[in-house]
Amino acid sequence: MSRAQLTPELRGPENAANAEDVVAEGLWSDVWRRFKHNPIALAGFYAVCVLACMALFADFIANDKPYYLHYRGKSYFPILRSYLVGLGIGQWPEELPRIDFKKLEGATAFYPPIPYRPTNISLLEPLEPPSAKHWFGTDKLGRDVAAGMIHGSRISLSIGFVAVGIAALIGIVLGAIAGYFGSWTDLAISRFFEIMLSIPTFFLLITIAALLPPSIFLTMAIIGATSWVGMARFTRNEFLRIRNLDYVTAAVALGVSDRKVMFKHILPNALAPVIVSVVFGIGGAILVESSLSFLGIGVPAEAVTWGSILQEGSTTTFAWWLAVFPGFAIFITVLAYYLVGEGLREVLDPRLRGLR
Amino acid sequence: MGSYLVQRMLLMIPTFVGITLIGFLIMRLAPGDPAELRAAGGLGAAGGAGISLEKRGAVDEAMAQWRAQYGLDRPLHVQYLVWLENLFTLNFGESFKDSQPVWGKIAERLPVTIKLNLWSILIVYLVAIPLGIYSAIYANSAGDQITTVLAFGLFAVPLVWAATMAIVFICGGDFYYLFPPGGVESVDFSEHWSFWRKFQDHAWHLFLPVVLLSYSGFAALSRYMRSSMLEVLRQDYVQVARAKGLKERVVICKHVLRNSLIPQVTLLADLLPGLIGGSVIIETIFSIPGLGQLGFESVLARDYPTVLALFTVSAVLTLIGILISDLLLAVVDPRIAFGRRQQ
Repeated sequence: MSRAQLTPELRGPENAANAEDVVAEGLWSDVWRRFKHNPIALAGFYAVCVLACMALFADFIANDKPYYLHYRGKSYFPILRSYLVGLGIGQWPEELPRIDFKKLEGATAFYPPIPYRPTNISLLEPLEPPSAKHWFGTDKLGRDVAAGMIHGSRISLSIGFVAVGIAALIGIVLGAIAGYFGSWTDLAISRFFEIMLSIPTFFLLITIAALLPPSIFLTMAIIGATSWVGMARFTRNEFLRIRNLDYVTAAVALGVSDRKVMFKHILPNALAPVIVSVVFGIGGAILVESSLSFLGIGVPAEAVTWGSILQEGSTTTFAWWLAVFPGFAIFITVLAYYLVGEGLREVLDPRLRGLR
Repeated sequence: MGSYLVQRMLLMIPTFVGITLIGFLIMRLAPGDPAELRAAGGLGAAGGAGISLEKRGAVDEAMAQWRAQYGLDRPLHVQYLVWLENLFTLNFGESFKDSQPVWGKIAERLPVTIKLNLWSILIVYLVAIPLGIYSAIYANSAGDQITTVLAFGLFAVPLVWAATMAIVFICGGDFYYLFPPGGVESVDFSEHWSFWRKFQDHAWHLFLPVVLLSYSGFAALSRYMRSSMLEVLRQDYVQVARAKGLKERVVICKHVLRNSLIPQVTLLADLLPGLIGGSVIIETIFSIPGLGQLGFESVLARDYPTVLALFTVSAVLTLIGILISDLLLAVVDPRIAFGRRQQ
């Protein structure tokens, strides 16, 4: 906000004296410029960035291996080393243990802020309330909840992105075909949309997820395959509107192929409402994933996700920390995406332009 | 009106066939043979790796018999047609789990779920409409901004979290005991209680599930109500009404409200699928013996006939919801009456 106010060249096109400046500016820089004038949406955007970083650097925030280890006169960087070993480039030093670094005697080590992995079972301290040692307490196997949540953000975010990516692909292609060709094609595909709209989606989802073997990738695919209808309808309506514009008629008259007209000429102009529903869709997919893993279907049983911690909280009712923290994480994540989506909607919706 | 109704219902037939076809294909094409599962369950061994060859033969024979009994050995399209045919007599077949007729199981559990959902719809509308009206009349005031933020926040609250928090903090446990953690009636419930006492008991048990089922709905609906009302408030005829000296109260109640309520009617159809999905979660968490709980249990047990039947029933409920909202729309808005529903 404050930076934008300091730089006069970033002022809106309303203030620009020269009309050519407005034309020269791309849609997305225009969107970003107006988006960042909305502090709430911007807060959502930053929250999304922080969450993405948390997922990306989960190994550096919560890990049972130290960043740096000095042991018997030699220095090691176990976390980095574990990446190399994982990629098949490096070897694990023979003299180092693979599992428990904390039992090494006479070693100097710097640990991440949460010195546990979600898989570290410690049966001696089950269901411990939050303390300095375990910030968010432990579950009934003594696993650190904070570590589980940090690593669980990976599952949530990747499911959100991949599922919505799949949904957007299906939705945009089907919507584009229906809207561009119109008449019978449109009628048939619209019938299909209506079927998908009347299907109790969540029930369909748990049915497929429970019938197939538990897997994160299958869960992503299933959520994607059941949540594209909204995007398809937006795309269809935009295509119906745009295909009658003069520039499309001109392109068709010039002999440009259908596919090129659809995806090179119309789609870029039809994307705005789709993008809004993509952003909302990511939040929705994260919500659905949390419900699925709460019910214990879809995601493998050994994977620690926000939903699975929450599930344990609902059965061990005295352990309030199992209910409060993971649920709050889901809430904040979903809210962040919704705020970004709402901000984008205000910026992108031509009917709302100039109202603010 | 009659021809409109018939037309709408005819249009629903292909939709209905499509829905059941999708459900049917998913059940039948999913990996995992129900006969195999049943055999494995009966033997207490996975697959039968540990049993001798002649025993394996006997098992295979039993499995073939069982498949024949449920018609699973016939080609897919025949199975589907037989299933559709049976549908007309509400014969959904027998449950794989306990060989009880599926329709009996559903009929037993349908009332609770319908009760839960009707109350939720009622609460959604009762809370959302006044809230939306308030927000629109006092647009951009502090009160409007607070309700906007609240509605937006509520919309992002995961149902599983809200339910878990309720269970942990106000349903017994170590904190407060304001509501029961599950069930639909008290343990000592008896038919001899007075009507009022029965009602109280049910209300006490269903309060939390209903509120939890409806909160995301009223968050969404109040937003729609607000924007639809704002749109009407901008119309010229509202200005005319004000200009001719009508009281603001009359303008709002007589001129604005009626027109801005119209779009809300169609939202009923959009609410239903969400409510049915929510029922699965809420009924499972609060152990309410309704369709959602039955659905979840049958899905886990791979009880295909029951799952397919529930799938069909909830699709029919949704279609009925769409039909009702279309009819209501035709009733409240003479401009759209008897025409096709606008996208």
